Amino acid sequence: MATFSRRRLAAVALVAATALLSTTACGGGDDDDAGAGGPVTLTVDTFGQFGYEELYKEYMASHPDVKIVERGTGSNLDEYSPKLTQWLAAGKGAGDIVAIEEGLLVEYKANPQNFVNLLDHGAADLKGNFLDWKWNQGLTADGKQLIGLGTDVGGMAMCYRKDLFAKAGLPTERDQVSKLWPTWQDYIKVGEQFKAKNTGASFLDAATNTFNTILLQTAGNTSGYSYYDTNDNLVVDSNPAVKQAYDTTMDIIDSGLSGKYGSWSEEWVSAFKQSKFATIACPAWLTGVIEGNAGPAGKGKWDVADVPGDGGNWGGSFLAVPKQSKHQAEAIELVKFLTSAKGQIGAFKAKGALPSSPQALQDPAIVDSQNAYFSGAPVGKIFAAGAKDLKPVYMGPKNQAVRTEVENAVRTVELGQRSPEQGWTDAVTNAKKAAAK
Amino acid sequence: MAVQLDARPPVAPAPRTARPSRRHRLSRFDTKYSPYLYVAPFFLLFGVFGLYPLIYTFWVSLHDWDLLGTNPAFIGFDNYTALMGDPDFWHAVVNTLGIFVISTVPQLLLALWLANLLNRQLRARTTWRMAVLIPNVTSTAAVAIVFAVLFGREFGMINWLLDHVGIDAINWKANRFASWVAISTMVDWRWTGYNALIFLAAMQAIPRDLYESASIDGANRSRQFWSITVPLLKPTIVFAVIISTIGGLQLFTEPRLFNSGTNAIRGGPLRESQTVTMYMFENAFAPNYNFGYGSAVAWLLFALIAVVAAVNVLLLRRLGGGAGKEDT
Repeated sequence: MATFSRRRLAAVALVAATALLSTTACGGGDDDDAGAGGPVTLTVDTFGQFGYEELYKEYMASHPDVKIVERGTGSNLDEYSPKLTQWLAAGKGAGDIVAIEEGLLVEYKANPQNFVNLLDHGAADLKGNFLDWKWNQGLTADGKQLIGLGTDVGGMAMCYRKDLFAKAGLPTERDQVSKLWPTWQDYIKVGEQFKAKNTGASFLDAATNTFNTILLQTAGNTSGYSYYDTNDNLVVDSNPAVKQAYDTTMDIIDSGLSGKYGSWSEEWVSAFKQSKFATIACPAWLTGVIEGNAGPAGKGKWDVADVPGDGGNWGGSFLAVPKQSKHQAEAIELVKFLTSAKGQIGAFKAKGALPSSPQALQDPAIVDSQNAYFSGAPVGKIFAAGAKDLKPVYMGPKNQAVRTEVENAVRTVELGQRSPEQGWTDAVTNAKKAAAK
Repeated sequence: MAVQLDARPPVAPAPRTARPSRRHRLSRFDTKYSPYLYVAPFFLLFGVFGLYPLIYTFWVSLHDWDLLGTNPAFIGFDNYTALMGDPDFWHAVVNTLGIFVISTVPQLLLALWLANLLNRQLRARTTWRMAVLIPNVTSTAAVAIVFAVLFGREFGMINWLLDHVGIDAINWKANRFASWVAISTMVDWRWTGYNALIFLAAMQAIPRDLYESASIDGANRSRQFWSITVPLLKPTIVFAVIISTIGGLQLFTEPRLFNSGTNAIRGGPLRESQTVTMYMFENAFAPNYNFGYGSAVAWLLFALIAVVAAVNVLLLRRLGGGAGKEDT
């Protein structure tokens, strides 16, 4: 009897172990919709605000066989990019369509084998739908593979709080505000006036965002590259654009204009809600983020003026199809739809993402658009005006890691942990270290 | 049911010539091998999810391995050599040890004290005992986010309270020691109750008559605690210390979520609260994607935990003096 029950127990244990092993082994599979001809579920991985909800509905209505699920909306890029990289490295887990920010695109372009070559699927015909430089950014170095089709570009403006400006006795009309700051030094002077009025708010959110804006603007207007030159040499300490942007940012910090709310942190989000700063350097895609962070209470209090200095581009993304997708053909169709002029206009209307399609940029839907949240500002006109002349900035292989180091150095100075000189030394040494990793 | 392996009577071996019956052979096989089958599931799972990753990580750490790249180059121990001279790594080690010490020491003392309180005659005893476990049931992420808000520089409640007693606002996230304290508070909030329950269980196993005779001899409560409870609890304390060491040195969620915003994985602009696991993540994944280097960090962390756990046990033996020999 004892023998029998012991044996039975062994059998149960074995069965249990096998069952456990096989379930874990299959845990990653999601083949529920792999059946031919059946409905197809397409997963789209994004971050921030892409504004695709209405477009999905429209697409699903005309394609009854396709169901679209979006993941990651509202998450920040810092959380999204490691996940995406892990999915690609593991060969499993990524959506059928993934959004890639331009700064990270260089990293992925170096390993193009992870993505479907869109040129093999008729994308070449779409070249005219995109600004030239946006199209070229999606190509690998040899020009033989197209990783992604462009979604938006990051034309620049300066978003500001009208109520806080009024409180400080500054003009509130956007045209007048734009005239206040033709250059960044003028912007600092306005900031000093603002600060003298003790409104209880800082002039700007954080020095890092402003630094990045100034850098991309300066680099775009001069060399066309920032941390890496076009031969992929690290030039953080020899490119005058970097040092110039750093020095201007130091002037901003010296004048005590920054609220020091680390960008994208919880404090930063709270500071939006509690009206703790008056201006923020504002690429087109940030308008959606401001609306999300400041909430309904901020409606009509924000407005959009020209950015100090001359134009510039920050960010913008691409949609790509990973090779691991089981529904590549369907995914490519959806990518083409979302990145078409029509799709880009839809995204702009929903979340303010500025189109990278020249046709869309000229479309009345964009040019005449007003943003109710930003006091009816003609955002289409403000952002689209500069978009066609945007000067893209080249990004090298370890751009993200290097940028992290330099921005952190700026942050340490902002927090008073380092002097501007020490900060610069840190920026250069740490950037070199990161680039060598 | 008890598996009595050696319960067979030491009878003289059966004559070789007699063919053992089928049933007998099966039973022999059963007693001989089925114990291995019983423990096999654990070792199978450990092999797949423990040993294999361990060895694979070591293999990866010997390569210059870009996470997305193909054909990683074998570079021997170069990653380890680089790591030995990497100030950021040692900075993270110091952070980890610092947070470990200032979280674990008060935590275990507090747990001991709590357990002692819960071991007394209390009204609604079970309610109290269950209540101390509630923080442990809460999700780490929720705890970390709430504490990160409490310890905010400008909008945090702690700084608001400090302001009321005339202390200047502390930038909890950009001050190395302050960030350690904040993270330790989080860890203690979560784990003190858990350890208290473990200590309580051990305390209940101590025979009552020891206390009775002690009180007849005139020992007061605190004397009883230090002379009876603590020495008899030593094996449990050793267990709690080792578990806390492993958990403390692998600390990730709390410090990661304590730092929000861009590059939170650095643990502050000057890496104030970056632990070793965070440094591993930073290197293996975003923004460096150097899988080989990250794996080397993981292996050194493994070594570090082994060393610290050994030191802890030795220290406890030493501190306990002669008492340590009783439980061997």
